[in-house]
Amino acid sequence: MSTLTRPFRIVESELVAYRRTWRGTVISSFVNPVLFLSAMGVFLGSLVDLAIPYLTFVATGLMAANAMQNGAGDGAFPVMAGIKWRKDFHGAITTPIGPADIVIGRFYWGAIRLTFMLGVFAVISVLFGALDIGPALLAVPPGVLTGLAFQTVVTAFTVTREDETSLSTMFRFGIIPLFLFSGTFFPISQLPDFLQRVAFATPLFHGVELVRKIALPDVDASVVTSIPIWVHLLYLGAMTAIGIALSSRFLSRRLRP
Amino acid sequence: MAEPLVQARGLTKKFGDFLAVDAVDFDIAKGEAFGFLGPNGAGKTSTMKMITTVSPITEGKLTVFGLDPAIEGRQIRQRLGVVPQEDNLDLELTVAENLYVYGRYHDMSRADIRARTEELLEFAQLTDRAKSQVEPLSGGMKRRLTIARALINAPDLVILDEPTTGLDPQARHLLWDRLYRLKREGATLVITTHYMDEAEQLCDRLVVMDKGKIVAEGSPRQLIAQHAPREVVELRLADGQIDEIALRLEGVGTSSEVLADRVILYTEDAEATQHELTVRDIHPNQVLVRRSTLEDVFLKLTGRSLID
Repeated sequence: MSTLTRPFRIVESELVAYRRTWRGTVISSFVNPVLFLSAMGVFLGSLVDLAIPYLTFVATGLMAANAMQNGAGDGAFPVMAGIKWRKDFHGAITTPIGPADIVIGRFYWGAIRLTFMLGVFAVISVLFGALDIGPALLAVPPGVLTGLAFQTVVTAFTVTREDETSLSTMFRFGIIPLFLFSGTFFPISQLPDFLQRVAFATPLFHGVELVRKIALPDVDASVVTSIPIWVHLLYLGAMTAIGIALSSRFLSRRLRP
Repeated sequence: MAEPLVQARGLTKKFGDFLAVDAVDFDIAKGEAFGFLGPNGAGKTSTMKMITTVSPITEGKLTVFGLDPAIEGRQIRQRLGVVPQEDNLDLELTVAENLYVYGRYHDMSRADIRARTEELLEFAQLTDRAKSQVEPLSGGMKRRLTIARALINAPDLVILDEPTTGLDPQARHLLWDRLYRLKREGATLVITTHYMDEAEQLCDRLVVMDKGKIVAEGSPRQLIAQHAPREVVELRLADGQIDEIALRLEGVGTSSEVLADRVILYTEDAEATQHELTVRDIHPNQVLVRRSTLEDVFLKLTGRSLID
């Protein structure tokens, strides 16, 4: 069994469990976008004036923001469970599987789950009339990248934490502010100047911009920034790579004291 | 003698300034059941974790199957079965799925896993539970499943870290019975325990560890013969009697120990000792005569103070 195939054994173990639990995740994958799109898009949207329909604007933003939330959640709770609650990581590393295999396997599994989750989101966006089928599908890959960037970095963070209180702190003071101020619900250009500069430094902003620029290539310049796509790709790609490297290193240290 | 499966020389583990394992030497031969006996915190689990390659050694030398855990950890783990102190079964999976996942971690084919699962579930007496969730199983069943899972890859060496801690007597005896069977089939077992009866029942040879060091080594019988006189006379005494009587016990038996409510006399001849008590006009509330056990050896070597 090689370095390339070992992580797939972790994916396989996730799939075995998922065969039993998928129904629950399907329901939340549907309910979440329906609630957000109806509350934000339809009701709030009737009050906002933009160059594109607000529903389109918010659907693309929400795909990135939901990917972030799912990715961060996946990097946090199952990882803490593997280390501390269920301790299944400790068991796995007594077999030929190593800490890096767990990290990479969970990364692949995260990609699968995010693709599925965003696929459902895309379908619902089409049903709501927020996006055409083409842009809806185009929004999925940049959304997956956004989710993975968060999953891997949050994994690295979680692995260094003793307990779950720091995880809820991270969600409260990290993920939720990003969710609100990264251009998901209103264009960044409406923020005061210095906050705009803060936003440029944060990851979800790049995710939201990337999704909009790829899904809606001809979108009006008032809705997105003029930052080129490669900057967003580089930012999120680097974040993912650093996240994987640090996760492997920290997990190895944690599981093999 | 053939090359030992596990060989340690000056094996040391430090966590910061704390010396968990202090330069221990041991050899574990193929086919034997080898025990690590010691109180909590003696360094047993740290030693196990070094053997299973999940904890790097700090100093000394360790080989498992003649391989170096630091470099060839994966090859070693391929041939190991590990039963951890705490069950870490996947509670979301069924009994059979837990075995399946570990089989895949060991790179086994689906067909091999299926055949082996049937065998192992029978061995663990869990056949009719194959499709049950793990969560509602009893402690004993979970333990047996953890052992079955450790055997999925037909390991050459099975490491059991406190296999029966926390189980009720029935569950323990059933588990011992299964471990005997494994032994008879030629498996090499490494067991840590702080239960004397378990060590006496299961181990061909054992080491007693205390504060990171090996303080004695041998078969259970040898250890009893070397470190404890043949018999024990326990005197149960009323409150207030102890100090006075302890003074009058000078020279009775080979050695004695004074505890809060009783005095323990170690002796080669319990009958003679009892006679001596009558001669000295000592009449305890109750006298208990028994053979020395590993427990006496253990307490003598590691002391009675509670280690937390």
